[in-house]
Amino acid sequence: MASSKAFNATKADKIFDIINFIIMALIMVVTLYPFLNVLAISLNDSTDTVRGGIYIWPREFTWENYKTIFSYTGLIVGFKNTIYRTIIGTVLGLISSSMLAYTLSRQDFASRKFVSTFLALTMYFSGGLVPTYMLMRHLDLIGTFWIYILPGIVSAFNVFVIRSFIDGLPYALQESATLDGANDFKIYYKIILPLCKPVLATIALFLAVGQWNSWFDNYLYNGNKPHLTTLQYELMKVLASTNQGSGMANANDLANQMAQVSPESIKMAITIVVTLPILFVYPFLQRYFVSGMTLGAVKA
Amino acid sequence: MKTLSAQADTRNVSVTPNPQKKRKKGFWRTVVRQRYLYLMSVPFVIWLFVFNYLPIWGWTMAFQNYKPAKSFFDQKWVGMKNFVDLFQDERFYLVLRNTLAMSVMGLIAGFVIPIAFAIFLNELRGKFFKRTVQTVSYLPHFVSWVVVAGIITKMLSRDGGVVNEILLALHIIDEPIQFMAKGQWFWGIVTVSDVWKETGWNAIIYLAAIAGIDGELYEAARVDGAGRFRQMWNITLPGIRTTISVLLIMSIGHLIGIGFEKQFQLSNSLVTDYSEVLDLYALKYGINIGRFSYGTAISMFTSVVSIILLLAANGIMKKTTKESIM
Repeated sequence: MASSKAFNATKADKIFDIINFIIMALIMVVTLYPFLNVLAISLNDSTDTVRGGIYIWPREFTWENYKTIFSYTGLIVGFKNTIYRTIIGTVLGLISSSMLAYTLSRQDFASRKFVSTFLALTMYFSGGLVPTYMLMRHLDLIGTFWIYILPGIVSAFNVFVIRSFIDGLPYALQESATLDGANDFKIYYKIILPLCKPVLATIALFLAVGQWNSWFDNYLYNGNKPHLTTLQYELMKVLASTNQGSGMANANDLANQMAQVSPESIKMAITIVVTLPILFVYPFLQRYFVSGMTLGAVKA
Repeated sequence: MKTLSAQADTRNVSVTPNPQKKRKKGFWRTVVRQRYLYLMSVPFVIWLFVFNYLPIWGWTMAFQNYKPAKSFFDQKWVGMKNFVDLFQDERFYLVLRNTLAMSVMGLIAGFVIPIAFAIFLNELRGKFFKRTVQTVSYLPHFVSWVVVAGIITKMLSRDGGVVNEILLALHIIDEPIQFMAKGQWFWGIVTVSDVWKETGWNAIIYLAAIAGIDGELYEAARVDGAGRFRQMWNITLPGIRTTISVLLIMSIGHLIGIGFEKQFQLSNSLVTDYSEVLDLYALKYGINIGRFSYGTAISMFTSVVSIILLLAANGIMKKTTKESIM
């Protein structure tokens, strides 16, 4: 009797496994297909694309679309600004969140409770769009590159993720360093930072992706400053070229220029260019950010 | 941790024979002793104050007839007028409806689907396939809403969009549908886009929680003849209950402040009656038209409701499941 029961269970198990496998495979297709489709269209001759029917393979292969977009100055400027903001924003964000996280991990730090609460509260409320905009105006940050960097330097979530990681490190290391006469900054710099590499990689990815993908600050504060344009904003302008009036209230001359209907293949080529760098990095950082997210969930 | 904090405590205690006076002295002594910790945190506290707390001060604008050129003391105070105007504007209720509709749909779908995905992914045999599915599922999370909106528009387009082609091939429809031009489809499109973009990412936390469940429980269940669904229902789900509660409270807190990125990127002039959400409304009136005080009133409304929702959710969860985030 026992054996027949086990047999039934395995049969049901097998059916379950097969169905589960099919569902998961379908999810993969649904996730990947759009990207492959975009890639195929971007590599297809733009006049031929109009005929439709391109799925995951280009029909008339060409690099022409990519050549065209790289001759467009807006994209080059956008590239530069996006790279600058990604590098500067990530480095400053890493320094700030790791320093703050270290001080918060020190149980003996006299103002730990206060700083921690002060930081945590920012996760639950914000002044909102208009007051923030007015603040930027008062600080004269509108129309500058620094508006991309300064407002987001300290992020509570990132600090708490790093802090949970530091909490998991053996305290004896810090203690012995103290006995050797190292001051708190030295401990942070010489001991904590090197040990935090995995979590710092996670946070670096979060920060870099955030910077790379942001468009709203560009739209809101620097929409009419062609020299401060970013990649996402350029992509937005190009993509909006057929969706008339999709909220492009700040459209300037350059935007209007680009808003001449661009061929589908050109649009898709820009999409790929904007997306590609991230697609190259994230799989390599996967094992880090998975543990990073978990740490964040515990604390946040 | 313990040794050093204990040390600090004893030091503080030992130098305080006259508590009131010496305590103050003790505080400054600690500050000097921990000067590096202060140097590493105070600048960022100031930072937070400027960029996260000062805007709250800006809420005063909601009670003024704010003119940018004037100083704070020269502003004209109008009491609740901006709020009265807001609550009398028909558009506001439309926008509120859209916000709530999309956030509730997003809450349900964005909550149930990642949990289900995590549970089923966990049941997958074959390490390599499991890992591949997981890696692929994160992919859209790393792509901006600008790109996602572009892709969604492409997939749903009338000429050559894959969704229309499939529906046509299956003879479900006779003519391609122009999805992006239909207001009544907009909420669904936003929800589905969000699910597509974030399911894999949101599942990470649940997967981690599932990994922490004792494997012996499953074995015991199997011995007792429990099938896979039974195991999911009676072991996996209860095993991640804490995680679910905490995340649910947080999502409820964000119910009304759902942001605007997806709505902004996916909308077009044909569907504004369904796509406009509170933040976009604030953006339009507050900044594009220049009614700063009115826009602030909208922002303030959103923040206050968010906090109330968060506290309420937290309170209810605390009572019913003993889980809370505060």
